[in-house]
Amino acid sequence: MKTLETGKLNLNEVFYGQSIPDKSGHFGKYGGKFVPETLMPALEQLEKEYLKAKDDPKFNEELKYYLNQYVGRPSPLYYAKRLTEKLSGAKIYLKREDLNHTGAHKINNTLGQVLLAIRMGKERIIAETGAGQHGVATATAAAMFGMKCDVYMGEEDIRRQSLNVFKMKLLGANVIPVKSGSKTLKDATNEALRDWMSSVENTHYIIGSVVGPHPYPMMVRDFQVVIGQEVKEQIQKAEGQLPDYIIACVGGGSNAIGVFYPFIEDKDVKLIGVEAGGLGFDVGQHAASLSRGEKGVLHGSLSYVLQDDDGQTSLVHSISAGLDYPGVGPEHSYLKDTGRAEYVSVTDDEAVDAFNLCTRLEGIIPALEASHAIAYTVKFAPTIEKDKIIVINLSGSGDKDSFEVAEKMGIDL
Amino acid sequence: MNRIDAKFKELRDRNEPAFIPFITAGDPSLDVTRELIVEFDRKGSDLIELGVPFSDPIADGPVIQSSYYRALSGGVKLSDILELVKDVRKESEIPIVSMISQSILFKNGCDNFVRSAVKAGFDGATIPDLPVEEAEEIMEAGKKEGFKIICFIAPTTTSDRMELIVKKSQGFLYYISVVGITGARSELPADITENIQNIKRSTDLPVAMGFGISTPEQARAAGKVADGVIVGSAIMREIEKFSNQGNKVLVDKVGRFVGELVKSTKDQN
Repeated sequence: MKTLETGKLNLNEVFYGQSIPDKSGHFGKYGGKFVPETLMPALEQLEKEYLKAKDDPKFNEELKYYLNQYVGRPSPLYYAKRLTEKLSGAKIYLKREDLNHTGAHKINNTLGQVLLAIRMGKERIIAETGAGQHGVATATAAAMFGMKCDVYMGEEDIRRQSLNVFKMKLLGANVIPVKSGSKTLKDATNEALRDWMSSVENTHYIIGSVVGPHPYPMMVRDFQVVIGQEVKEQIQKAEGQLPDYIIACVGGGSNAIGVFYPFIEDKDVKLIGVEAGGLGFDVGQHAASLSRGEKGVLHGSLSYVLQDDDGQTSLVHSISAGLDYPGVGPEHSYLKDTGRAEYVSVTDDEAVDAFNLCTRLEGIIPALEASHAIAYTVKFAPTIEKDKIIVINLSGSGDKDSFEVAEKMGIDL
Repeated sequence: MNRIDAKFKELRDRNEPAFIPFITAGDPSLDVTRELIVEFDRKGSDLIELGVPFSDPIADGPVIQSSYYRALSGGVKLSDILELVKDVRKESEIPIVSMISQSILFKNGCDNFVRSAVKAGFDGATIPDLPVEEAEEIMEAGKKEGFKIICFIAPTTTSDRMELIVKKSQGFLYYISVVGITGARSELPADITENIQNIKRSTDLPVAMGFGISTPEQARAAGKVADGVIVGSAIMREIEKFSNQGNKVLVDKVGRFVGELVKSTKDQN
């Protein structure tokens, strides 16, 4: 039995007390649209159609229907008793986005965008994917609505996430290997944008995170906000108060913004984003754009970016394919600069330790991405009082990471 | 008068379309790029579009993308490209426009970039991932130094946007002839003539056309409707083809190819 009657969803809730982003897609100075002219009319059309859909009760109802009946929302907010006891600090809750259909939060966004694509009369869907979670979520939504689907994926990620590649193919999607650059998420994003340049008339591009040109960072956020809306209601019911801390991992930042956004105006709730510290802070060894990057333009928006002195994108590394990205959503840059959210990082090893700890203590195998949020909590929770409450957004399941973790542990599967 | 304006005025008086080759700076080496620019000038090219390599280009097809990759692997920096243009200016007065990504432009700062580009001998820039809405800062910086910011119009551009773009663009307009990325295509779309005439009705700026033009025949066809013909990927492919045959052979062969393109662009009978 669900604790809530229906998944809470209202695409029109505004949490800043003002409209952010502004009309031209800027979060403070971040965001914007930095794309070739060929794509500008498509972005304008997308924005117009999205704003119409968002105000349309029918669209909201339809999306809500699929989120409840198909995805299985609301996802539980689970009190992690043994993890709490082990760390002997604050009370820890896990928002179980891993229990969504397809095993991660990504489906919230892909369902919304596929419904929008259908409204716009597009016949084909394209997407980029890193860990493959967004690719699977896109292929799933496309399969359910009978749309043609092509997913761009870096060769390195294809190697690391062969299970998700196989799933996408089962779902009828065409997985296109990307051999350029670092052969990871950023290069897959380049390829998807290039495809869209040539196919924009009949194709909708589903970006998987709160990155890219306006209106994507806003729209993807709105589709993920359901996470935070549910948390707000669930924690009130469980504890009669709001949490003191919300902790989420940040690659592009969609699960984090989804859980943060409804709490933006609740200033007593501290928001903490955890980035991939990888192997250390030498260039090419990590993917901590907010902690270590600087302002720059990548994939259509201005945000914090890892780049060299000339503006060339740096190579990045994370054990987690979903965090292995040199940029971050512009709204996170805005939240960082305004001080509303704090951004920290943990290493690959710390993430793997947290992965094991959560699995052993709670019987929940978290995705390596979400393991970063748990890893920071492992360090942080013991330092605060026992009456404090932490909510971790457990953004995805670690099933997909079994091979990667086994390899790291020196075990041959 | 800016070299770009002077060139188009001269061509207009002769009723002749411009031929504009694109090359990536530093592929296969900065020395070869310098020699190629001088050779292209000698073969009758009117303007050079010089690509500043970028790690993550989104408007460019596989040919130009891999040339960027080769140039960056060779360690090419923006400062090297400025030096290169300085050297070219000792031998040639051909107008040179840089094609530079907003990522690199932003990192360098608009004022700083324009000042150093003008000092080196650049005449303007195209910024393929910078739509007019976001271009105010670079436009202002450009105006102060007489440095032209050339804007793009695509087949997908709406008439509202077109009005805005023709007002903002300087030097000339870059008409993207196909929906998609740069790279050779066997056929050019049929509605080009109409689209270009449409643009020309709303502005006196010259309209140059690029994306997808790869053969002398296509260049001739493009020269009939546009004030300028831009060829990039086809030239970069030639450079790649001859890159292991020594600089002299490369410059000679690629120069000859450009010579043919110039000839057919200008030969409108």
